[in-house]
Amino acid sequence: MKKTSGWPLPARMGLAAEFYQFCKLHELRFQRCTDCGTWRHLPRPICGSCGSFNYQWARSSGKGKVYSWITVAQPMLPAFSAAAPYTVPLVDMDEGVRMVALIEDTPPESMRIGMPVEVVFDDMTPEITVPRFRRAG
Amino acid sequence: MAHFLKDKACVAGVGETRYTRGTDTTTLQDALLASSKALADAGLKPHDIDGIVSNAGLAPAPETLAANLGIENLRFAVGNTVGGGAGACAGLQIAALAIASGLARNVLMPVGWHSYSGLRVRKLGSEVDLTTVPGPIGATIADFYMPQGAMVPAHFYGWMATRYVQEYGVQPQAPAAVALAARKHAHLNPLAYMRGRPLTMEDYLNSRIISYPFRLNDCCLETDGACAIVMTSAEQARDLRKPPVFISGCAEGHPYPDDDFGGRADLLHIGLTDAAPKAFAMAEVTPADLDFAEVYDCFTYVVLIELEALGVCKRGEAPDFVRDGRIELGGELPILTHGGLLSEAHLAGAAHIVEAVRQLRRECGERQVRDAEVGVVTGWGDFGDGSIAILRR
Ligand SMILES: [Zn+2]
Repeated sequence: MKKTSGWPLPARMGLAAEFYQFCKLHELRFQRCTDCGTWRHLPRPICGSCGSFNYQWARSSGKGKVYSWITVAQPMLPAFSAAAPYTVPLVDMDEGVRMVALIEDTPPESMRIGMPVEVVFDDMTPEITVPRFRRAG
Repeated sequence: MAHFLKDKACVAGVGETRYTRGTDTTTLQDALLASSKALADAGLKPHDIDGIVSNAGLAPAPETLAANLGIENLRFAVGNTVGGGAGACAGLQIAALAIASGLARNVLMPVGWHSYSGLRVRKLGSEVDLTTVPGPIGATIADFYMPQGAMVPAHFYGWMATRYVQEYGVQPQAPAAVALAARKHAHLNPLAYMRGRPLTMEDYLNSRIISYPFRLNDCCLETDGACAIVMTSAEQARDLRKPPVFISGCAEGHPYPDDDFGGRADLLHIGLTDAAPKAFAMAEVTPADLDFAEVYDCFTYVVLIELEALGVCKRGEAPDFVRDGRIELGGELPILTHGGLLSEAHLAGAAHIVEAVRQLRRECGERQVRDAEVGVVTGWGDFGDGSIAILRR
């Protein structure tokens, strides 16, 4: 996957900044309510299941299964040109949350619902690392 | 007992500008022209208007509209309804509530949008800063979608469409039927941008993939123009210039979680899935009673999923339903009789309401649905917010 300069980096606003701090350590962590145990992603201040404000950043297995995907043929930014066509799946993580990330090194025609994938980390800058997927096993 | 809001408010006037690609007018000029036409259509004067509902980004602010039109007694101003293309239909509900409660007598609802000549994502280059996008979706895109290469509706809605294709084995002929019906109807609409520009099944199947599963001809147009709607009470409508079109049922629905398109347990459960049964119950009609359906058509696949959410057919059955001309004029349920966003122009759903009103007044000439009595309009916006209005003459 070729990513040229100008590839968008996460804005890292609010709690998203904490998510990406763990990515920088090559750790995928999601919030988990310390009162009812519910995992959540996107990051939020409050548990939608029980209303608790208490949570920890719990370590994810990094593994999941494809729920759906797109394959972008026409790049919407010049920075995406070298990468297109590229595939962006939605993945049901083992912990029960859904996550979006571009999948590396996987031809579009091999994409299947339920296909096992795992997280890898892409160090975009010395400060910013983002998760990607690759096909597992 | 009938719902308290059923048939209490009606559309009294509609108006539109030309729909073009390229313009030397401003969206304010366009919105004012469409508003003036809608007022004239209703037989009302600016001083009769005391309410304005407009959607930020898709129309000038109510205060601006009032100041320009000479509306001196504005007392009900809503500057935002709900996300993007769901806003126009949701605005009908807000206006109906205001009118039924007596908060406002006559409500103006314009949309003026230059999606062709105004801000376009592809012009932004790499400098696009979605953290400044207002509303509930900008932060999600900026932090979690865009760094992964997903940044526009064709991408987000594509996740839903791929899931649909995979769950039900949908063939491209199904979305094509939507695109072809819209184009066929556009040929009968003097305002439609695509009038006289043919589209065949072969053209559709040969059109390039923009973002799988969407081909070019699955995607709506970008155009410049405006249209406007004037609403009033059922009592007052009797004395106005045109026959009233009643808001018999209306509702909006929001998929959960509303700020994360990809995060839903079932991507095919959209806002309209929850809203449609409420609107039909309020109107005391069923999908079988509909004479036409102006279904929000940002993408052909979205229309298929909306038809199922409406209850026109069961989940997974829209690809069969849309075959054999069933959704074309003369068929069982004509959709997008004006051409829609796909082939008329992109007025963010407001032109769907204008068309429904004209159909129910039987003003549509060669594209008129014969004996039209009841029709539905839907809206879809942002990350799948849904709105619906059931209209009758
Ligand atoms: Zn909890």
